[in-house]
Amino acid sequence: MGTNLTIGKAINAGLRAAMEHDPKVLVMGEDVGRLGGVFRVTDGLHKDFGADRVIDTPLAESGIVGTAIGMALRGYRPVVEIQFDGFFFPAANQTFTQLAKMRRRSAGKLSVPVVMRIPYGGGIGAVEHHSESPEAYFTHTAGLRVVTVANPEDAYWMIQQAIRSDDPVIFLEPKRRYYEKAEVDTTASIAEATPMGAARIARPGTDATLLAYGPMVKTALQAAEADTDHSIEVVDVRSLAPVDYPTIVDSVKRTGRLVVAHEAPLSGGPGAEIAARVTEECFYHLESPVIRVAAFDTPYPQSRLEEHYLPDLDRVLDGVDRAFAF
Amino acid sequence: MSDTTAHAEPELVQLLTPEGEFTAHPDYPLDVGADEIRDLYRDLVLVRRVDSEAVSLQRQGELGLWASLLGQEAAQIGSGRALRDGDMAFPSYREHGVAWCRGIEPKELLGMFRGVTNGGWDPHEHGFHLYTIVIGSQALHATGYAMGVQRDGAVGEDGTAVIAYFGDGATSQGDTNEAFNFASVNNAPVVFFCQNNQWAISEPLERQARVPIYRRASGFGFPGVRVDGNDVLACLAVTRAALANAREGNGPTLIEAFTYRMGAHTTNDDPTRYRATAELEEWKAKDPILRLRRHLEREGLADEEFFASVDAEADAIGERVRAECRALPDPEPLDIFHEVYAEPNVHIDQQRSEFAEYLASFEDAGVEGGR
Repeated sequence: MGTNLTIGKAINAGLRAAMEHDPKVLVMGEDVGRLGGVFRVTDGLHKDFGADRVIDTPLAESGIVGTAIGMALRGYRPVVEIQFDGFFFPAANQTFTQLAKMRRRSAGKLSVPVVMRIPYGGGIGAVEHHSESPEAYFTHTAGLRVVTVANPEDAYWMIQQAIRSDDPVIFLEPKRRYYEKAEVDTTASIAEATPMGAARIARPGTDATLLAYGPMVKTALQAAEADTDHSIEVVDVRSLAPVDYPTIVDSVKRTGRLVVAHEAPLSGGPGAEIAARVTEECFYHLESPVIRVAAFDTPYPQSRLEEHYLPDLDRVLDGVDRAFAF
Repeated sequence: MSDTTAHAEPELVQLLTPEGEFTAHPDYPLDVGADEIRDLYRDLVLVRRVDSEAVSLQRQGELGLWASLLGQEAAQIGSGRALRDGDMAFPSYREHGVAWCRGIEPKELLGMFRGVTNGGWDPHEHGFHLYTIVIGSQALHATGYAMGVQRDGAVGEDGTAVIAYFGDGATSQGDTNEAFNFASVNNAPVVFFCQNNQWAISEPLERQARVPIYRRASGFGFPGVRVDGNDVLACLAVTRAALANAREGNGPTLIEAFTYRMGAHTTNDDPTRYRATAELEEWKAKDPILRLRRHLEREGLADEEFFASVDAEADAIGERVRAECRALPDPEPLDIFHEVYAEPNVHIDQQRSEFAEYLASFEDAGVEGGR
């Protein structure tokens, strides 16, 4: 039996399920309590689980992540919310020097199972620091797992899988897709859910592979529909660190072409790493160079320009055309 | 948990009671004429009108967002009018009243919230830095700027003072506390002006601090003072004194302007989810504009004609703001690539020319580019 949920509500339901399953699971962040978060993702949790488990923290991101590490050292599983992508940066020190390195530093004696939820990406007409795609900073840091979701089903299960992981997980939520709806079977077992680390073929095809994640999956699916001349396979990457290369490589070997689309800037973005790896592993199968469709190497612009900055349907189709024109 | 806030009620510097009655304060003498008080009243009314027009413009889809200053006019006008031309202010993103005092046109503020600029004014020209959104960051910038002022020898009666604006929420940030410490150990000519509006989005003050904010200063080794943030005369007097101290080489001061965020955090926020309306009613009685009006009336410093002329001016500015906002042109798409670096940059140059070509391909095909 399915429940019709938005991505936001599915994360909420997943958090609730995780808190019911394990009393060590805590939620903490700015405005996550009584308000239920600025996007209402933690709505109702404060009321039902109380202030000891749903903590309205002082306004200090470094403090949030640093104390979450301390709680994790004491045996808790904190799920912290960073209110917007651009507000992560005050917590960079705690994340990169402490959270990511604790296991290795302690030779495996310490575990810090912190989940950091971050609404990310643009397209909501916001002011500065509210629309960024910082995933490459995280994927470049060993010790962190980085995942993102593109639909309510994954939102519901992957937040629970992230919480159960003993590694720190950066859980990126596509804020402009929070209100996308779909049926989710919340009665299924977590053991049967697609593993958090696996890529997923979102639409099978034979002529080219179009890779996307998070907010761009919907755009990629629209592009595949719009291109009536070719059969486009869309792969939802889901896990950015580690990347499920076997699924991607298998797809590219079948189709012979790869286009990677993301909202993050082009240079040094996740697409660059995927392109290099696919070129190494699929060189003799490729009919064209790997094409990247990404945001520009500029700061995220003022919102009146974001429709030009973000790769949209036309830009993705242009990338697909370039792959076929080679 | 024990309540460590249960000290005696902290002293509040107040020159005007909510009823508009003036009482001199021994530490903060204020030398203002009737003209100046009337000007302050005009400032308060006009910035409130600009603010309420901006809220309406957001509701009409002309702005992406607006952070209202409703209720905080006196804290901003009082402190803003204490500044001299050569002084430098570092605002957060709600300082529309200070911006007004620094000669920033309302349309510049609206442009940022409309999404046509990231803050279009020249900070050096106005002595008013760009709005800073990541909470607390600007407290360190103000401190560093003040350290530069010291090194320039711009100290003394005609020296330069710096002021950093932030809210109660920002006092939790590491950057703000680091700024306090840097300012203290360097004896920097900076005034920290905290508008304690009681709410950081949905979180009340007790989630940020267990002692009154102004007392933080003593731990860092400089004076702190709490002023009635809805009393424009007190804010003016206290900020003037703190700026004079900074100017003359006596180091930083933390001013806690005790006020109230009468509106939502921003136009995206719904305060009915987390705070009681009774609290709002209580603060309405302490309204900064009403208070100054009562003072002007009871002292016979202004007549009905004056109040009517200010209201008429507010109507005119409201109309002007609406028209100017709607007339703000969208930036050109290639503006994305401007002003990223000082020097030419090959990545940016290449991407700009590729994107120009891409846009032109739609024109050639006679279709609209983008979504």
